[in-house]
Amino acid sequence: MKTETRIDKHFAKLREEGRAALVTFVTAGDPDYETSLKIISGLPGAGADVIEIGMPFSDPMADGPPIQASGLRALKAGQNMIKTLQLVRDVRKTNAETPIVLMGYYNPIYVYGNERFLDDAASAGVDGLIVVDVPPEADDELCVPAIARGLNFIRLATPTTDDKRLPAVLNNTSGFVYYVSITGITGAGSAVATDVGRQVARIKRSTDLPVCIGFGVKTPAQAKELASHGDGVVVGSALVNTIAASLDKDGKPTAATVSGVLQLVRSLSGALKP
Amino acid sequence: MASTTDVKLNSYRTGPDDKGFFGLFGGRFVAETLMPLILELERAYEDAKADPTFQAEIDYLNLHYAGRPSPLYFAERMTNELGGAKIYFKRDELNHTGSHKINNCLGQILLARRMGKGRIIAETGAGQHGVAVATVCAKYGLPCEIYMGALDVERQAPNVARMKLLGAKLNPVTAGAGTLKDAMNEALRDWVTNVTDTYYLIGTAAGPHPYPAMVRDFQSIIGKETREQMIAAEGRLPDTIVACIGGGSNAIGLFHPFLDDKGVAIYGVEAGGHGLDVENGHAASMNGGSPGVLHGNRTYLLQDSDGQILEGHSISAGLDYPGVGPEHAWLKDTGRVTYVSITDKEALDALQFCTRMEGIIPALEPSHAIAHVMKLAPTLPKDNLLVMNLCGRGDKDLFTVAKALGMKI
Repeated sequence: MKTETRIDKHFAKLREEGRAALVTFVTAGDPDYETSLKIISGLPGAGADVIEIGMPFSDPMADGPPIQASGLRALKAGQNMIKTLQLVRDVRKTNAETPIVLMGYYNPIYVYGNERFLDDAASAGVDGLIVVDVPPEADDELCVPAIARGLNFIRLATPTTDDKRLPAVLNNTSGFVYYVSITGITGAGSAVATDVGRQVARIKRSTDLPVCIGFGVKTPAQAKELASHGDGVVVGSALVNTIAASLDKDGKPTAATVSGVLQLVRSLSGALKP
Repeated sequence: MASTTDVKLNSYRTGPDDKGFFGLFGGRFVAETLMPLILELERAYEDAKADPTFQAEIDYLNLHYAGRPSPLYFAERMTNELGGAKIYFKRDELNHTGSHKINNCLGQILLARRMGKGRIIAETGAGQHGVAVATVCAKYGLPCEIYMGALDVERQAPNVARMKLLGAKLNPVTAGAGTLKDAMNEALRDWVTNVTDTYYLIGTAAGPHPYPAMVRDFQSIIGKETREQMIAAEGRLPDTIVACIGGGSNAIGLFHPFLDDKGVAIYGVEAGGHGLDVENGHAASMNGGSPGVLHGNRTYLLQDSDGQILEGHSISAGLDYPGVGPEHAWLKDTGRVTYVSITDKEALDALQFCTRMEGIIPALEPSHAIAHVMKLAPTLPKDNLLVMNLCGRGDKDLFTVAKALGMKI
C-alpha cells in the first residue's frame, strides 16, 4: 500500500497517543438527508475517529433489526447511491481530515457500476470501503480496482475465519481489520470479551494493521472493555437505535435526534480516553 | 455434433466453474462468517458425490419413500383439444409431499447427516419446500425451523398446518413484504448466528455456490427419468420441454439432462403476475429484471435503478421471488433456453382447463407452464412430443383459487 489514506494517518496518530479508535456507524439519509448530514458532520467533534456511512440496501442479510430499520427509514426518505455520494461531498465541505468509510452490500454498487462507483467515491473524499458480501474470492471485481484508486478495502474477520483462511482475508486488506466479535448479525448479543482477546491476538500475529472490534458494542463500559483488546471499537446499532428512539410518531426527527446521537458518541469517546 | 455457431461452447452441462460461476452468473457473494461454511459444504458435497453409497441411499429413498419414478403421462384429451403437439405430463406432483421439492430434500438431508449437523433450517414460499424439509427432518429425527413470510403463512394455511404437524418450528417473517425473499434473509441471519451445528437446506437452485449446482443435481432425476420414459414410450427424445420458473429448481431438474440435445426446444415460464408492463406487478426476473447480486449469487433480479430489490408479485407464492437460479440466467443469455412469462389470469385459466380436461388439479406454479403449453401446442405439428413438468399438486392452492374465482368454501 503505497498511498497513505486518512485512515492510515489517523491510526498512526492514535498509536502515538496510545488511544483506541472510536469508529461510528450511521446510515446515510437516516432519518432524512439533512438530519443525517448534521449527525455525520457532528461526529468528529463528539469524538468519532472514523466515520462509517452505511449505504442503505433493501436486503441487509448480515444486519439485525436496528440497522435493517435504519436502512428502510433512509430509503423511505428517498436516499439512494447518488445522494450517499453527495452526502460525503457535503461532509467534506466542513471536514477535510476525518477518515470516511462507506459500508454496505454489493448490489447497489454493482447496479451503479463498479468503476463509476469507485471513481465517484474516491473523488467525493471516501477513504475506504467495507462491502459485506464480497469475499476475497471475488477480489478482482471490486477490491483490486478500489486499491488501484487509493481506497482502503477493509475486510471483516470473524470467529469462523480460521488460521487456514486468515491469510486470504488479510491479503488485499488495508486501513484496518474489522473483527466481528460474534457469529451473528449486527446489534445482536454482546461479545464474550475473553474470547475476543484471544481472537484479536490471533489476528494480530498475522498482520500489522490496526484491528477494530465490532458487532454488539452498546455501552461506554463495553466499548472500554473491548478497546483494551484491539486498536478500536465500532459502534453502530446503538447509534441508529438512538435515532429511532428520538423520532416522533410520524418518524420525523426531533430536537433530540442529532443531540442524542452526538451525546452517546461523546460518552463512548470519553470511555476510550486513556 | 457441434455446429459452427457454438464453437466456443462444446457443452451446456459443464458448469459451474470452480468458483461457482455460470458465465457471469452465480458465485459466492456472502458475508465472511458464512464463507468457511459454504466452503465446507462444497467439500462435503464433492466427497458425497464420489461415494457410491451416498447415491445408493438416495436411489433407495427415491424408490421407497418418495415414490419415484414419477409417471410420464400422455394427456390425451388436452392434446386433442389443443390440436397440436402430443402432450405429456411429468407427474412430479405425485411424489410424497406433493411436489418435486422432496427430490432435493432427500439428497440434502443425507448430506447434512454425513456432515454431522444436528439442526436444520430452511426458507419456504408456497410451503411446498417447507413441508418437504419438515418431512425429511421428521423421518430422521432432526429439529427443524422454517422461515416463511407472514403473507405466505396467511395464503398457504394447509401447508402451514402440515409443517406444524410434522414437528417443524415455523417462524413467520414480517420484514419487508413478508414473502420468500424476506424468509431467505431471515434464514441467512439464522445461519450466520448458528454456524457450528446448523445446516441450511435451500429449496431452490439459487444461493451461493454450491447450492445452485447441488440442487440441480438432486432435481435432475426429473429429466433423467423423462429421457428414459419418453424413449420407452415413443422410441425417441421429446421435441419440446416446458417448466415453470420461480427460483427454477424443477425447471433446471427437467432441463439439465437435455441441454446438449440440440433438437430439444426448451421453455422456462416465469410468473407474469399482473403483466410485465405493471411496475413491481410481476415476478419475471429474467424477462422484466436486470443482473445484480442477492442471496449469495449474481443473477437476474427484480430491482429499481438504485439496486434496491423489489418484492414482485405473483398469484403463486412459489414463484413470488425477485431472483432466479444463476444457471437459468446463463441459459437465457446463451440463448439455449427460451424464457417466457404467463400472467396470473392465464395461470388460473390453465389450472381450470387442466382440471376439467385431465382430472388433475395442478398447483398454481405448474399452471403457468400449462398456460404456455396451451399457447404453444396448437402451433406445433402433431408428431411434436412435448413434456410439461407438473411439479406440484393444487390442494394447497384451493383457498387462493376459490377466492380468485369467487367460489365459497
